[in-house]
Amino acid sequence: MIELDGLTKRFGNKVAVDHLSCRVRPGMVTGFLGPNGAGKSTTMRMMLDLDNPTSGSVRIDGRHYRDLQEPLKHIGALLDAKSMHGGRSAYNNLLCLAQSNRIPTSRVSQVLDTVGLTAVAKKKSKGFSLGMGQRLGIAAALLGDPEILMFDEPVNGLDPEGIHWIRNLMKTLASEGRTIFVSSHLMSEMALTADHLIVIGQGKLLADTSMADFIHENSRSYVRMRSPEQERLRDLLHAEGIVAVESGNGTLEIDGEAPERLGELAGRHGIVLHELSAQRASLEEAFMQMTAGSVEYHAHSDRDGAEPPPVGPHWGEQWNQQQSGGAAGDRAKEV
Amino acid sequence: MTMPPQAHPAAQPPQQQGWNGAPGPYASPIPVRTPGLGDAIASEWTKIRSVRSTMWTLGVMIVLLIGVGLLTAFAVSVSDAPMDETPVLSLGFFGVLLGSICVITLGVLTIASEYGTGMIRTTLTACPSRARILFAKSIVFFLLAFTITTVTTGIVGVLQTAMLDGATPDTGFWVRSTVGIGLYVATLGLLSLALGAIIRHSAGAITIMIALVLLPLVLAMFMFSPTLARVQQALFEYSIPNQLGAMYDVSVTASGPTGWEPLFIILGVTAVAMGGALLSLDRRDV
Repeated sequence: MIELDGLTKRFGNKVAVDHLSCRVRPGMVTGFLGPNGAGKSTTMRMMLDLDNPTSGSVRIDGRHYRDLQEPLKHIGALLDAKSMHGGRSAYNNLLCLAQSNRIPTSRVSQVLDTVGLTAVAKKKSKGFSLGMGQRLGIAAALLGDPEILMFDEPVNGLDPEGIHWIRNLMKTLASEGRTIFVSSHLMSEMALTADHLIVIGQGKLLADTSMADFIHENSRSYVRMRSPEQERLRDLLHAEGIVAVESGNGTLEIDGEAPERLGELAGRHGIVLHELSAQRASLEEAFMQMTAGSVEYHAHSDRDGAEPPPVGPHWGEQWNQQQSGGAAGDRAKEV
Repeated sequence: MTMPPQAHPAAQPPQQQGWNGAPGPYASPIPVRTPGLGDAIASEWTKIRSVRSTMWTLGVMIVLLIGVGLLTAFAVSVSDAPMDETPVLSLGFFGVLLGSICVITLGVLTIASEYGTGMIRTTLTACPSRARILFAKSIVFFLLAFTITTVTTGIVGVLQTAMLDGATPDTGFWVRSTVGIGLYVATLGLLSLALGAIIRHSAGAITIMIALVLLPLVLAMFMFSPTLARVQQALFEYSIPNQLGAMYDVSVTASGPTGWEPLFIILGVTAVAMGGALLSLDRRDV
C-alpha cells in the first residue's frame, strides 16, 4: 500500500506535482496515467525518496521511505532501463543490491532466471539491448520479493513478446496479493493490464477510479449512419425524436439507439444506407478528452489549427479534429 | 515466478486492513534480516571490485609508483650524486605524486560514476540512508587505496634502499614514508570522493581535484610581485605536492608543515568536505 498525501513538488516556479493525494492498493494493478510531462516520473521518484517533496508526504506500508530498514523487501522499482552501471555484469549489478539489503545471494540467480537473463548474467550490462536492460531492471525490482512493485513505463522499447511478458508478469504479481503501480502514457496499454486507474495531468489528480468504471463512464457507444439521401434521413430521425449529430463527410452519429432499430426505420421509409455501424469510442479518446486541458506539450497540426481541442465538447466534434493513431473509431472519410 | 502465490491475512499489519475485495497483502518467503553498515560495505566492495576503472586506476598507480621509484633510484645510482643530504626513501616522492592522480580519479569515480550511469537511483532506492551509503563507500575506498599505496610504497622503499647505499632510515621514517604516505594519499582520495558526491560529475570533479593539487604550486611560481610574497609562501608551503614532500622530509620550503602535520591538515579538510557531501546527498534531489 502506498499513500500519497497532498504531495507537491515545485521546480522553481513550475509546479510538477500539485497536491496529489491517492492510495495505491494491494492485490491489483494500478495504472498511473498521464500525458508526457504530467509529473508521473517525479511522483514516482518522490515515492522512492529520490526527490524531496516541496510539501506533502508519501507513506509506504505506513512508513516514510527513509525509515524502511530493508526497502527492497517492501518495494521494488523499475525507474528506467539505464539505472545500472554498464561496466558491471548483470550478476554483479544485482549482487551488490542484494548484499545491501541482506537478501540471500541465491536470489540473484533466481530473478535472473525469472526474467530470462541467465545466459547473459556474466555479460556487461552496457551491451544489453533496451529490452534486456528493461528485464534487468525488472530483475532488480523483483530481487527482494517485495510486496509493492513500481514500474515506470515498463513497455517502452520492448518488442511484442516482451510487452506480452511484462503484462502477464504484472498480472501474476498482482494476483499474489502484491501492490503493482505502473505508469504509462498509453491508455491502450493500461486498458489491457490495469485494474485501477490514477490519471494525472499537469501534476493534478484527474481521476482515481476503477478501470471498469472508467470504461463504463468514458467509452461512449453510438451508431454511425451514412446515406446518399442524408436530408431525408435527418428529417426522418428528427420526426422520430432521435437526435443525430452531423459529423462531417456525410455521416450521422446517433447516441442511445440500437442499430437494429435505426436500420429498420430507414428500411421502412426506403432510405438507402451506405453505412450503418455500431461504434465504440476508444479509451484512448476518453483519456485524451480527459487530459486535453492539461497536456504539457502540444503538437500543433497545420490542418486543424493550432489550438488544442477544448475540454468537454461533444464527442463527435473531437472525433474528426483529433487524429489519434490506432484508435478504434475508424474513419470512413475517403468515399 | 518462483514464489508460490500466497496470502497471509494473519501477517497483515493494522494499517493495511479495511480494504475489502482484494486478497491479503503479499508476504515473501524470504527471511527479513535487518541490514546494517556491514551489508552496505559488502555491497560497495562488490561494486568497486566489479568495474574496470578500479583495476585500471590502481593498476596504473602501482606501475607508476614502482616504475618511477625504481627509475629515480637507478638514475641516482648511476649519477654518483651524493645522497648524504636526502633520505633514500624520499625518492619515492615522484612516483607517489603521479600515483595520487590515479587515487583521485578512483575516489571521484567511486561515487560520481553512479550519477553518470544512473546507478545512484538504484543504490539509494536499495539503501535510503545517505549517511550509510557515503560511509560504506568511504570505508571501502579508503581501505583499498590505503592498502595498495602502503604496500606499494613499502616495496619501492625496500628496493630503493637495496639499490642505493645511503644512511639507513630509522623506523619512524619508514612508517611515515609508507603508512603515512598511504594514509595521506588515501585521504586525498577520500577528499576526491567527497567532491565527487558534491559535483556529481566525474570529469568535473577530477579536473577540480587535479587543479587543487597542481594549481597552488603553479600560481606561486608566477607570483613575482613582492606584495604577494606572503601569499606565494603560503601557496608553496601548503600545496599538496609540497606537503607530500614534507612527509618525505624533502619540502621545497624551509618552513611550513613538517613530519606528520600534512596528514592532519588533509584529514581536517576532508572531514569538512565529507560533511558537505553528506549534506548535499541528504538535501538534494537525486
